Amino acid sequence: MSVAAPASGPSAPLSAGRARRRRRAPAGSLAVGVSTLWLSLIVLIPLAAVVTRAFDAGLGEVWDSVTSRQAVSALRFTLIVSLFVAALNAAFGTLVAWVLVRDRFRGKSLVNALIDLPFALPTIVAGLTLLALYGPSSPVGVNVAFTKVAVAMALLFVTLPFVIRSVQPVLIELDREMEEAAASLGASNATIFRRIIFPNLMPAILSGAALAFSRAVGEFGSIVLLSGNIPFDTQVASVYAFKQIESDNVNGAAAVSVVLLALSLVVLLGIRSVERWGARDDQH
Amino acid sequence: MTSTSRASRLTLRLIALAYLAVLLVVPVGVVFYRTFEHGVIAVYDSITTPAAISAFFLTLEVTLIAVPLNAIFGVLAAIALVRGRFPGKRLFDALIDLPFAVSPIVVGLALLLIYGRGGWLGDWLLDNGIQVVFSTPGIVLATIFITLPFVAREVAPVLREIGDEQEQAAATLGASAWQTFRRVTLPAIRWGLIYGVVLSTARAIGEFGAVSVVSGKIGGETETLTLLVEKRFQNFDLAGAYAASALLAVIAFVTLAGMTLVNKREEDTT
Repeated sequence: MSVAAPASGPSAPLSAGRARRRRRAPAGSLAVGVSTLWLSLIVLIPLAAVVTRAFDAGLGEVWDSVTSRQAVSALRFTLIVSLFVAALNAAFGTLVAWVLVRDRFRGKSLVNALIDLPFALPTIVAGLTLLALYGPSSPVGVNVAFTKVAVAMALLFVTLPFVIRSVQPVLIELDREMEEAAASLGASNATIFRRIIFPNLMPAILSGAALAFSRAVGEFGSIVLLSGNIPFDTQVASVYAFKQIESDNVNGAAAVSVVLLALSLVVLLGIRSVERWGARDDQH
Repeated sequence: MTSTSRASRLTLRLIALAYLAVLLVVPVGVVFYRTFEHGVIAVYDSITTPAAISAFFLTLEVTLIAVPLNAIFGVLAAIALVRGRFPGKRLFDALIDLPFAVSPIVVGLALLLIYGRGGWLGDWLLDNGIQVVFSTPGIVLATIFITLPFVAREVAPVLREIGDEQEQAAATLGASAWQTFRRVTLPAIRWGLIYGVVLSTARAIGEFGAVSVVSGKIGGETETLTLLVEKRFQNFDLAGAYAASALLAVIAFVTLAGMTLVNKREEDTT
């Protein structure tokens, strides 16, 4: 199989190319220049505008906007539900990845392709989809619309692929000899999983769960129809910010946005260090 | 031992498939069922209303502008990340992923604060007759923001894997930078590039949050397909919302099929 290739790939050609790098410098610096400019124009400058706007009115007002009762309640619910969703994803994502890699059954490749559906399906459609099955006109008689359960379900739907897709490749490459050795030494399945498989999967599970968490914190489209946007109950931070923009309270929206932005940056950098930690383990 | 491991294997399989069914397969199935409940003709009528057709073409237009631009940026960014050596590379590497992590509402607000009335550029642009927010350019900018990382993230690992020995050989033989790129690099990264383009396209068609902040939702003018779904739902036109959703879901399934095909091709060629 071709899966083993990436592991040994990067280092060799890099060192071989170092000697002659200077000659291709013009093309390289063009790429660096254009892509940095594009990233700045499209992403960084607009985000800087949000931060500036939030702090324009002074720290006191930012603090007041972020600590208004409704904002605090929306932010708290967003954090709690996202943590819950990330944890559930870690468990079920690992399980599904395990079944997809180690099990064999008919239709497995179809199931494998379906995992990416939440990435391909527009979020508003995902929300409507869940509402059709678990809403007021549910054909199975389950109505959770406009409750916290509905918000959690929507988030579970849109974040489904993250852990699965980050654990799967690690599981494929995992050396089975270790497990066989453990089994021949009398270890039970549970022990093998706990002592051998799980530690190896840990970085992948963590970075998948962190991606799911950061996606959940910012999610809007799938929630907006399902949550009913009830303040102090099902209102999440992104919907709260949206309502502030609609009611022309741009400063309030910017303040909450800065909190969300800071959170995404922290998670992003966290994932980086988890990945570096995982890569360091590989080199032993 | 074998019987217990077989039993636990079956249990795990059952749990995994049940989880996917409850969360994923059954809900999407129900939407299709609800869509075609009242017959195919009703669906056809509701996705060929003038509003629906204009939403479809606006979505298409936005996608056709945003995706090629990000494809070019993505390839350049991947080259910069893999082949370039410059100060702040690690920061650049991390910042590219920002659009994955930032809430779409924050994206919308950001564009509003730059291009809207009273924004950094907004007043000047409006004075010169250029409307960005509540108009197509705003939707395009939001879509570009959201889909920015996909191509770069798919192309970079491929570029890293192929190394630069062939590129150097081409350069040694007198090829210009452009020739080397077109004849050597581009063919090598093409499947990664195509995969990234497919992902960006799906995301561009499906974007809702950021677009809903900057579009102004003017029916027949700045209303994309996803905004149409929301409007129909809010107006209690459930059948219409389901029909437009089904159309988007079909696009998603086509995307999925495309991704599977490209993946297979990639495995075959490497």
